[in-house]
Amino acid sequence: MTSRSRLMISAAVLTLAGAAPAVAQTEIQWWHALTGANNDVVVKLAEEFNASQKEYKVVPAYKGSYPDTLNAGVAAFRAGTAPHILQVFEVGTGTMMSAKGAVKPVHELMKEAGEAFDPKAYLPAITGYYSTAKGDMLSMPFNSSSMVMWYNKDAFKKAGLNPDAPPKTWPEVFEAAKKLKAAGYDKCGFTNAWATWANIEQFGAWHNVPIATKANGLDGFDTVLNFNSPLFLKHWTNLVELQKDKTYDYSGRTNNGEGRFTSGECPIMLTSSGFFGNVKANAKFDWANAAMPYYPEAAGAPQNSIIGGASLWVMGGKKADEYKGVAKFFTFLSDVDRQVKLHTESGYLPITKAAYAKVKDSGFYKDKPYLETPLLELNNKEPTENSRGLRFGGLVQIRDIWSEELEAALNGQKTPKAALDAAVERGNQALRQFERTASR
Amino acid sequence: MQKNAYFRSLTIPLLLLLPQLAITVVFFYWPASQAVWQSFLLEDAFGTSTQFVWFENYQSLFSDPGYFKALRNTAVFSTFVCVFSLSIALLFAVMADRQIRGAEIYKTLLIWPYAVAPAIAGVLWIFMFDPSLGMLARGLQSLGIAWNPRLNGNDAMTLVILAATWKQISYNFLFFLAGLQSIPKSVIEAAVIDGARPMRRFWSIIFPLLSPTTFFLLVVNIVYVFFDTFGIIDTVTGGGPAGATETLVYKVYSDGKGGSNLGGSAAQSVILLVMVIAMTAVQFRFIERKVNY
Repeated sequence: MTSRSRLMISAAVLTLAGAAPAVAQTEIQWWHALTGANNDVVVKLAEEFNASQKEYKVVPAYKGSYPDTLNAGVAAFRAGTAPHILQVFEVGTGTMMSAKGAVKPVHELMKEAGEAFDPKAYLPAITGYYSTAKGDMLSMPFNSSSMVMWYNKDAFKKAGLNPDAPPKTWPEVFEAAKKLKAAGYDKCGFTNAWATWANIEQFGAWHNVPIATKANGLDGFDTVLNFNSPLFLKHWTNLVELQKDKTYDYSGRTNNGEGRFTSGECPIMLTSSGFFGNVKANAKFDWANAAMPYYPEAAGAPQNSIIGGASLWVMGGKKADEYKGVAKFFTFLSDVDRQVKLHTESGYLPITKAAYAKVKDSGFYKDKPYLETPLLELNNKEPTENSRGLRFGGLVQIRDIWSEELEAALNGQKTPKAALDAAVERGNQALRQFERTASR
Repeated sequence: MQKNAYFRSLTIPLLLLLPQLAITVVFFYWPASQAVWQSFLLEDAFGTSTQFVWFENYQSLFSDPGYFKALRNTAVFSTFVCVFSLSIALLFAVMADRQIRGAEIYKTLLIWPYAVAPAIAGVLWIFMFDPSLGMLARGLQSLGIAWNPRLNGNDAMTLVILAATWKQISYNFLFFLAGLQSIPKSVIEAAVIDGARPMRRFWSIIFPLLSPTTFFLLVVNIVYVFFDTFGIIDTVTGGGPAGATETLVYKVYSDGKGGSNLGGSAAQSVILLVMVIAMTAVQFRFIERKVNY
């Protein structure tokens, strides 16, 4: 045997030896919607999990924006090629849970796979959004955030406001915005991204005022919108008044307008706590965040905020062995130290109580109080019927309807009352349509 | 009789037509019939529950004021885009058809925008006219014009009309230029000898001789504004503010893709299909009579 053929044989043997465990490995597809630094987090998590054991291999794939990823998952399910794990934004929760057989509830998955799983270990403000009325967890929280008020400390100094005592109530915000406007911020005193999240969804929870019956849809798809109530009307009327001289200036339906804060154009902006990375990288001024403002006359306000972000749904119709791998991966994600690391490095909220306690005890928030603001909001009070979350089928479309009506009020086409009534009425039509197609 | 001289049976002509027929069936008739079928169904996003509801999707469309608003928006949008893109392209083509230095460079530059994808065209216009980011928007504001397409429906409509027109001018320019170059020089020279001035020459000779091109472009432009502009609208305004730029095709897209209302979206696309077929038929029936080939 020549040395050359010996080499060939040993190479072949090596290849076979290397390939054998790869064949036995069960692949788990994970479709997600995260870009940039957040995409790196996903890839790193998958790599760490794959290195930690040999049986399963998690394969992450980026599928576009949140709505794109949801649509890709839906289309793949219809074609019989759904991934095992699909990341869905909180707005898609109603759509996901309504389809019987399309998803595998997480509590069932963990039980069947025999993984240790205690739903009480997770922060209730987060899991409440993704659980049934009975408290059964349907999807695994992944990247959660909430809405906070970001403000420009330098602008506050310029306007003679105390940068360490941000406004707490809406009337205080209006006063501050007027002063900021007088100090040169004449295009935009305050604003918000995610128009309906700020002015309907979070607003209702934070003031303990219902958006709809049946605990905002958590207790059933026969929920009826009813947020055309006095406090909402008061808030919308204020916004419409202040829009006239740009003390408030509308910044669009999504987070496209967030650049108006980091560029220094708008000194106060309500948006997601997930805006942190962007602010840190791009704001060339001294900044901070604070809890969302509230109306002091509302009894019990501030209540607690609700979450945004996304969770991981397990798709239906897969093999038991694959589900076992998914369950192991979820246990891996919930590990305390891993959660601590994710939270402190990426700014996502920790999903377990133990992880939150550990970060708190370490004194991390003393230097970085802005990372605790959303957690303090979420845990401000025991959630009520009006602040556990919301679950409307077809919420993506309903949000568009709500945005249209808010815009019609702000540009003077409709009175605030007419717009609010139309938002409720048209939203209810969409809900009734959805109710007929929901199979559970 | 001559017909049968080439093919004795139907088999060979059918075989020869097969590739084209197959493409038409697979990429047009099959999806179109799927859309018609889907428009009678009420279905959840995952397709796990399906009900046959006859014409209910159509009924709910016609009881929705938003649908009629989209119809009005489409009429305004398509009229402006067609008129502007055809007339500006014709002007450019007449200018570029003359003997000028560097004509080739002008022509190439004018054709460029056609290669830009609609969504990218939209983003380019946002960068110019976004009230916070846009250079031109800041210019308008400093002139005292309260330009704000985020809230003002007319501003938003103007912006999408500009973007959609800009995108289509190149295509129209290309065809007009080719049309102009195919007009026999002798006809124009004869008119010059008869003492016709440039304006007279254009309206009496060139424009009528261009009418086949103009007619073709009118049909193509209408199809373009009805079907191909949703990318621009999606990136520039997302149909807002308050539905001011929501056209029929954008509504099909946003209800179906964003809203997972497949039945309603399918019903809308069936109506849109019927409308465009009807308009094209009318154009061929009445306007084509005025065309000189």
